[in-house]
Amino acid sequence: MAERAGAGLEVRLSQAGPISLDVDLACAAGEVLALVGPSGSGKSTVLRCIAGVLRAKSGRIAVGGRTWFDSAGGVSLTPRERSVGFVFQNYALFPHMSAQANVEAALGHVAAPERAGRARALLDRVNLKGLESRRPAELSGGQQQRVAVARALARDPRALLLDEPFSAVDRSTRQILYRELATLRRDLAMPVVLVTHDLDEAAMLADRMCILHRGRTLQTAPPHEILARPANSLVARLVDMKNVFRGKVAGHDAAAGITLLEGLGQRLEGPLDERFAVGAEVQWAIPGSHIILHRRDRPSRGERENPVRGAIADFLPLGENVSTVIRVEATGESLRVTFPLHVARRNGLEAGAEVVVSLLRDGIHLMAN
Amino acid sequence: MDWIALTLSLKLAAWTMLALLPVGIVLGRWLAWNRFAWKPVAEGVLALPLVLPPTVLGYYLLVSMGAGSPVGQWFQSAFGRTLVFSFEGLLVASVVFNLPFAIQPMQRAFESIPQDVRDAAACCGLTRWQTLARIELPLAWPGILSGMVMTFAHTLGEFGVVLMVGGSIPGETRTVAIAIYDSVQAFDNAAAGVMSAVLLGLSLVAMAVVYATGARRAGRRG
Repeated sequence: MAERAGAGLEVRLSQAGPISLDVDLACAAGEVLALVGPSGSGKSTVLRCIAGVLRAKSGRIAVGGRTWFDSAGGVSLTPRERSVGFVFQNYALFPHMSAQANVEAALGHVAAPERAGRARALLDRVNLKGLESRRPAELSGGQQQRVAVARALARDPRALLLDEPFSAVDRSTRQILYRELATLRRDLAMPVVLVTHDLDEAAMLADRMCILHRGRTLQTAPPHEILARPANSLVARLVDMKNVFRGKVAGHDAAAGITLLEGLGQRLEGPLDERFAVGAEVQWAIPGSHIILHRRDRPSRGERENPVRGAIADFLPLGENVSTVIRVEATGESLRVTFPLHVARRNGLEAGAEVVVSLLRDGIHLMAN
Repeated sequence: MDWIALTLSLKLAAWTMLALLPVGIVLGRWLAWNRFAWKPVAEGVLALPLVLPPTVLGYYLLVSMGAGSPVGQWFQSAFGRTLVFSFEGLLVASVVFNLPFAIQPMQRAFESIPQDVRDAAACCGLTRWQTLARIELPLAWPGILSGMVMTFAHTLGEFGVVLMVGGSIPGETRTVAIAIYDSVQAFDNAAAGVMSAVLLGLSLVAMAVVYATGARRAGRRG
């Protein structure tokens, strides 16, 4: 049903104010790109600029080879000329119209006699059969979101823009809507940009993730790569990596595939990373998934890698897990690690307990200082 | 009961309402969605009729529409009679002193339409006129209706400005509010009582309509 876009979406935007922007992103046809950042980072502003309801001071936006906005060439198409599907955070449904009429409102490009049928088919596609005559106020949050998605798709848009589409529904509905979007997107041939502040949501739904901070795009890569290998310590902080430290490159061993690092008051081994010269001051990070506890009952294979000794300075049970802060013996720096509650119990973890953890070599990631 | 005065009042109220319908929609919509440095001044000027004594407003209108004024002279040369002390003059004055009654409810109504809903209309491919006709006016309708009803009721009841600008010419400028005053002056309390009761009834119906549309709007949004 969707018009096949030849190529993806390319966006370059810059302005000093009122909201500063320095954006460079691309989203291929059929790809879902998550635009992730804290509130106030300019995510919605970027989306609105793509839709054309806001205009950046300078930049260029093109979709499928067609230029929507080009400040240098004096091009700025209206939202109507751009043909975008936009799902707003609070859906922005027309409150005085039925679900059917909301969708039909976006079918102006279709011959009048066909609109009703098309709208019904779209509502059916988002699992709203039978609710066509309801007004938004008579629909649940999840149903309203589905109407908004159907309305956005009704235009046969060249790009689909989703602005925090899951933030206004409860948790269980959100899980259902995630599945629906994941199913729906298989058939979508246009670039899809999903704005969210939820990393898990982005990792679940997006092919690539673009980190935005104060209007600036910092890094674009597949979610697992950003979560494991942030480009710098700011990205690391934004993707909620808790263990970021300063260190110094002590040497490279290309044959063994390792880089030696001075950190946490000892020598650590990480994967070979020759971007940094020996002696260079760096920042390094390790995801919580790569920190393992030395168990009292039986040693495991990973324990030879980078053992670090410390004492538990904070022990906070949170549901099924325990959030701990381990004060490193040598330097007093803090390692933040979350363990399953049963692991903590079996190993006698408590505030003040002495522990040894291993920082798995593959998880160590160096970043420019 | 002065039927001529009542008819004149209803005619004046209806024409004022019709004249202010497009004015209120255009100005109310513009004030709702635009921000500019002198907006408080513009809003203040448009709200002046709410606080100015009717005699003061009437005085300025009389001066600005009188035979010595450019407006008055233009009217005289175009239609061969004076603007003041005529129904047309009364209508102009009525439109001016009703500006806030028409504009403010309409402005509030347009303000209550979320920016996202208007953006959504643009993203749906609706033109400006389609957005106005299919989205904005239906959503602002209760406010537009209450602005019109308020204008109608307020025109029926206006006394000071009418007296200043129109005088009390039967069939031309003698509205029912003036007729009530004249009746009391002439010790005709029975006529004054009947006309007062009619005005009271009409005003009550008008206010009930205003609150009913407000309540329906609140119900729909709730």
